[in-house]
Amino acid sequence: MSIQLVLQQFVNGVTLGGMYALIALGYTLVYGIMLMINFAHSEMFMGGAFVGLFAFKFFAQYEFFTSSGFGLVLLFALTFLVAGVVIGILGVLIERIAYRPLRHAPRLAPLISAIGVSIFLQQAVLLWITARAVPFPNFVPRGGLDLGGVTISNIQLMIVITCIVLLLVLDTFVAKTRIGKAMRATSQDREAASLMGIDINRVIGVAFFIGPALGAVAGIFSGIYYGSIKFDMGFLPGIKSFTAAVIGGIGNLRGAMLGGFLLGIIESLAAGFISSGYKDVIAFAALILVLVFRPGGLLGESVVEKV
Amino acid sequence: MGGSKIDVKTQVTSGGLSTKKVVMYVLFALAVFGLPIFFQSVQNYFFVRIFALMGIYVMLALGLNIVVGYAGLLDLGYVAFYAMGGYVGMLLGFSFTEGLQGAAYWTMLPAAALAGAGTGICLGFPVLRLRGDYLAIVTLGFGEIVRIALVNNFLGVTNGAKGLPGPDQLVPTPAGQTWITENVRFGDFRFSSDLWWYFVIVLLCALTIFVVRRLDDSRLGRAWVAMREDEVAAASVGVNIVTTKLWAFSLGALWGGIAGVTYAYWVGFISPESFNFMESVLIVCMVVLGGMGSIPGAILGAVIITGLPEFIRWGAQSPFLSNWLTTEQANLAGQYRYLVFGLTMVIMMIFRPQGILPSVRRAMELHPEDPKTLDEANQQLWEAEHNTDTDNDLV
Repeated sequence: MSIQLVLQQFVNGVTLGGMYALIALGYTLVYGIMLMINFAHSEMFMGGAFVGLFAFKFFAQYEFFTSSGFGLVLLFALTFLVAGVVIGILGVLIERIAYRPLRHAPRLAPLISAIGVSIFLQQAVLLWITARAVPFPNFVPRGGLDLGGVTISNIQLMIVITCIVLLLVLDTFVAKTRIGKAMRATSQDREAASLMGIDINRVIGVAFFIGPALGAVAGIFSGIYYGSIKFDMGFLPGIKSFTAAVIGGIGNLRGAMLGGFLLGIIESLAAGFISSGYKDVIAFAALILVLVFRPGGLLGESVVEKV
Repeated sequence: MGGSKIDVKTQVTSGGLSTKKVVMYVLFALAVFGLPIFFQSVQNYFFVRIFALMGIYVMLALGLNIVVGYAGLLDLGYVAFYAMGGYVGMLLGFSFTEGLQGAAYWTMLPAAALAGAGTGICLGFPVLRLRGDYLAIVTLGFGEIVRIALVNNFLGVTNGAKGLPGPDQLVPTPAGQTWITENVRFGDFRFSSDLWWYFVIVLLCALTIFVVRRLDDSRLGRAWVAMREDEVAAASVGVNIVTTKLWAFSLGALWGGIAGVTYAYWVGFISPESFNFMESVLIVCMVVLGGMGSIPGAILGAVIITGLPEFIRWGAQSPFLSNWLTTEQANLAGQYRYLVFGLTMVIMMIFRPQGILPSVRRAMELHPEDPKTLDEANQQLWEAEHNTDTDNDLV
């Protein structure tokens, strides 16, 4: 086992981790504010990939987008934008229909409802779009950097840079803007926040827009990176990203990013050097270990049980 | 005596059998014993198998009902215990085929139950401190770990994705089956092995119902309810949370193991694909649809979810429904079932979280703001008391 191989797996792991981090942010945003696991979030990832594919095919019909380099960049941006907005709206709709009526119900109720939404969306894609794996166009130029035997492909570079930029933007958004402040206040104490004049529904709406939109971006990246998309593609990344959010400390944005990259790297190294058949087990085992030994996560506060 | 309303939480079970109840039980018994024999005699073997499958799911739903309904621990990896029962039952059975012969299934039944319960405890230990949604995700992960281990030919015995039995392995016919299938004949009617399995499954279901019913009323059952409603409060009045949770996991998983070994020996083939996440969701859906914590609810949920799509599919080919339903429509109904189940889970949670046949206690917990259920139950109790009062006056 050469050092290049280890480094190559590390690079792959960082790429994977970037995608996990994007999805994990959605889980952590919603959990921080609603204290619920949005089980349907993995379907936002899957839906984003499909909407992205349709948007790409739609815009690619026009010569304007395919003729010039500027057009290509625009096509690229539009694909992400359309998928992000559509899936963001879908997320808000799901919250309206399936979670809002259950806001004061016992905690099991919204969780079961979310599982129902997840199954519904998966089956909707399976029945109304396709049950097969669909090839995803690779619209990122091939090639990449070669650093002494370790290749970083263009798409990998793009995924990691986009992820980091989005994470920084989100971090600033939550830290600096008015609505970000309202989100932090709501996650601390919903009742008190609403007494201070914060529109809770608006805050929840924003969280349910941003989270799914980020998930959709990750979905498109996954499509480009692996070359195909399928109706059940969201399940495993969804669970793993949730694991990432828990590892970092759920409800903590920076924790989700850290957890995502960490999990991606661990999984990639384990797949390369232990057993690729068991690579999914590693994520689940990590989840169980973290929850048992440090339930608050790496960056999370220790959870105090409310009586 | 005054007509003060009694708190229903302490007065849930009202005994006595009304005529309506007796009629219901008789009809139920007739359906359970009569329908499969009827289908067998009209040579609709497919439906005999569907009935047996319903029985398997009734056992699974009742087992999960202990964990989800009674103890309030959402387990999304229940299928792991089902798989465990099937694999342990088959693998152990194969290792001792020479010695056991026909007794293989019967000896593996308790072994698989123990394997299920043991796995339940293995899962229970690490998740003792977790609650609600965390628990759901960890159990999901546990279910996936078991499935992935089976796919990867764990310890070199599970035969990977191809499933069991592998080459040179034979599933022995249980003792008692051959004699009945060869000797019980009335004209065209033949007591098939599927019918034999159906009655074995019915017996096991009856055992499950009996045990679960007794558990519901036991000290442990009340400890589960207390823990479900408020873990901290339950602990402070002396409920041992650790053992109570472990009992819930192991007693729930036990039925998964029994169902698993029975399914494996009946169908004669199991593979990791039969034990995927969707299967777990399906069983959760049965419990939710019927009513969490309710035995009739779990049975009804299992029967509806297993039976309805098959019934619709069959209906299109039968003279009864073919006037209304084309084959394509019926096949569509089969394909749409998961979509409908997903939707059902959402709709049930919003409009009727207590399920179709709710347990009174659970209904109130899930619908605390709905005074209607409480009022109706109180009204019944009040009327019952009031009636006895007037009787006394007349005497």
